[in-house]
Amino acid sequence: MDIIYLLIPIAIILVSFATWAFFWSVNSGQFDDLESPAHSILYDDDEQLIPEEARKKKDEH
Amino acid sequence: MCCPGCQAVAQTIVGSGLDTYYRHRTENASAPEITGRQLPTNLAQELALYDQPSVQRGFVSAQQGFLEASLVIEGITCAACVWLLEHHLQRLDGIEKASVNLTSHRARIQWDPARVALSTILTEIYRIGYQAHPWHPNKEEELLAAEQKRAIRRLGIAGIGMMQVMMMATALYAGAMQGLEIEYQAFIRWTSWLIATPVVFYSARPFFTAALRDIRSRQLSMDAPVSLAIGGAYLASIWATVTNTGEIYYDSVTMFTFFLLIGRFLEMKARHRSGRAGNSMLNLLPTSALRLTDGVEQLVPANELNAGDLVRVRPGQTIPADGIIEQGHGSIDESALTGEYLPIQKHEGDAIVGGTINVENPILIRVSEVGAESRLSAIVRLLDRAAEEKPQVARLADRVSSYFVAAVLITATVVGGSWYLLEPANALWITLSVLVVTCPCALSLATPTALTAATGTLRQHGFLITRGHVLESLARATHIIFDKTGTLTEGNLSLQSTQAVSDLSEARCLQLAAALETHSEHPIAKAFHPYASELSAEQINVTVGQGIEGMVSNQRYRIGTPEFAIQLCAGSEAEQPALEGKWLLLCNEQHPLAWFRINDQLRHEARDTITQLKAAGLQCEMLTGDNSHAVDETAEQLGIETITRGVSPEQKLAHVAQLQASGAEVIMVGDGINDIPVLAGAQTSIAMGSATDLAKTNADAVLISSDLQRLVDAIHLSRRSRQIIRQNLSWALGYNLLALPLAAFGFIAPWMAAIGMSASSLVVVGNALRLSRLRRRATQRVTHP
Repeated sequence: MDIIYLLIPIAIILVSFATWAFFWSVNSGQFDDLESPAHSILYDDDEQLIPEEARKKKDEH
Repeated sequence: MCCPGCQAVAQTIVGSGLDTYYRHRTENASAPEITGRQLPTNLAQELALYDQPSVQRGFVSAQQGFLEASLVIEGITCAACVWLLEHHLQRLDGIEKASVNLTSHRARIQWDPARVALSTILTEIYRIGYQAHPWHPNKEEELLAAEQKRAIRRLGIAGIGMMQVMMMATALYAGAMQGLEIEYQAFIRWTSWLIATPVVFYSARPFFTAALRDIRSRQLSMDAPVSLAIGGAYLASIWATVTNTGEIYYDSVTMFTFFLLIGRFLEMKARHRSGRAGNSMLNLLPTSALRLTDGVEQLVPANELNAGDLVRVRPGQTIPADGIIEQGHGSIDESALTGEYLPIQKHEGDAIVGGTINVENPILIRVSEVGAESRLSAIVRLLDRAAEEKPQVARLADRVSSYFVAAVLITATVVGGSWYLLEPANALWITLSVLVVTCPCALSLATPTALTAATGTLRQHGFLITRGHVLESLARATHIIFDKTGTLTEGNLSLQSTQAVSDLSEARCLQLAAALETHSEHPIAKAFHPYASELSAEQINVTVGQGIEGMVSNQRYRIGTPEFAIQLCAGSEAEQPALEGKWLLLCNEQHPLAWFRINDQLRHEARDTITQLKAAGLQCEMLTGDNSHAVDETAEQLGIETITRGVSPEQKLAHVAQLQASGAEVIMVGDGINDIPVLAGAQTSIAMGSATDLAKTNADAVLISSDLQRLVDAIHLSRRSRQIIRQNLSWALGYNLLALPLAAFGFIAPWMAAIGMSASSLVVVGNALRLSRLRRRATQRVTHP
């Protein structure tokens, strides 16, 4: 059980890293707009990223 | 397509391969202000002014070789607009970064000044149908942005802390069952303390500061027992940790903080959703002016004008400052200030007001007032005063909660004191139990969840609420007062009917009229613009305030007031039709050809809306600055009996104040600058989506879709949400009253209290979610791009 003396401090270090990352993302404005990013995934502006073969199959359907 | 402007916008959008926009937009866009594929030269000149470094100094900053600016974009209605703007801008050569915020309508743009000019960027935004203005963040907005960031950080810390402490708590509970050695237990407790501490001191801080403020001002709110419970449980847990006896409550403390913060966060989001705040004055007045110094014209930023300057205002331009006409005469569109929909004739020596529009002739004005002394600023000051004197809506939830909080505190003291006398060892734990079980969680969620659900529903249907009290005051309203121009009517003139008086067909007459009127930007002429054909007129001669003369296929025609037009065919007579309205006559050199009736078109849903509002028990009134016969006609068509006409902004405010003094709860619906003071003075103010920014920022709610039917929906939903808030409050109170005695006698263990609290909150939230449905109704919509 003595392992918790190592594991819990490691967990706390990881948590403080996560907290730091969270603060950084808030301060750099990533949470400013909570609405439009949810929609942006729906736009079909990635057509040039679809491989040639897959594109053909899509047309046949 | 409703107009050439829309067509040009649609061509630009499809032409640049961005037609996905049309598949994803959820709201129809509004018609663009600029018609035609090319921007008018005066606008282009104005935009070019933004390339001057002296103008850019205010809002542009340099970032590693690029320039960066914040812009306010008008015309954003849904997420598809954001996508369209971002993609269109990013395709421009020289744009490094373009990001648009849907909530605040701000765009942040980074560009390379060597490859693209700021005016080009602004022009591109205009070309796809939006309007961009530079944005100077003001103090208040910076505070709001900072508040939001702080709230998200607090919520995040509470969430992360809650999860960690919960893990530790699981270990402790499991350990308690299986037998955990005391030194491990102590270690885990200390770890829990370490994680819970930032949650209490950082995340829960707003509760403590608010509670302190309440104590100083001798008022009671939710914050007092919340802080007492959080602080008490935290201190007791520390004591248990140090002595390694008793129970720890770090898990309850963090979870409690997290849930309360979620409620607060949702409430804050609803409060901040005011669309575009501030800077509205800037958008109203033009940013540039043509100053004459020793006979030389010079384009200068409008804020550099001084009293005594001579300024030339071209037709179609907005007047940059209050002044007196020095030379020339023409008609001035004062609809933004007075609501009068026809332009007013002004001559040399007449005073004109900044923010109004010069319609026909170039005029020269001598600036008399700038900045704070101008008439526009006077209206803004009136607005500030009205907002201060606005009757406060007493909030049901606040009243209930302050009694409740007092009761809880008294009970907790009595219970704590009694147990201390009887059994000192248990006193602390039981007092805490009382505080946790009566935790006003459900009570504090009862109102915000219902308000958030109802606000969200209305927003999806084009009714944006920007102040917290709106739902309650809508439900209590007794009177609803409408402005006429732009609110009940479309706000622009349109052709109502054509009557041919010769053998020429009506369609042919209309084509002739349109050919003549294309050469004018007068609001009356604009009513003919949609009917333009390939016919074109030459030798155009405009007589101010009278009409237009011109040659079409070698025939001379006149269109305008009957007296003016009839002069062309002197001797002949034409009898004006009996129907009320503004009649124009078209003549050729032989005889009169046709009568055209021009009027401000009523919104098609206005009549139904008024009927439904009356059915809902509201008194409908019309309050307008317009003093023409059109007022009676509109009122008659809509079935509104109470009309107040020809009133100034001050009188409008006085009228509403008088109604309020007799006990009325007033909703004011308006759109113009002249409505702003009265909007601020009414209990609930609603601005139309097409209203000026200044009106929108100062209204409690904005009718984004400009669909009056939404008003009826909003009133019904607000009444329903009032009911649901009452249900929620009685449930929460009932639960607490039941649990309180049990806790006071020590029957409820803290874990039971926690489950009870959560279940009670879930009931409240579930009930509130019933507000997320709105009765569906088929509506006719006009298609815009």
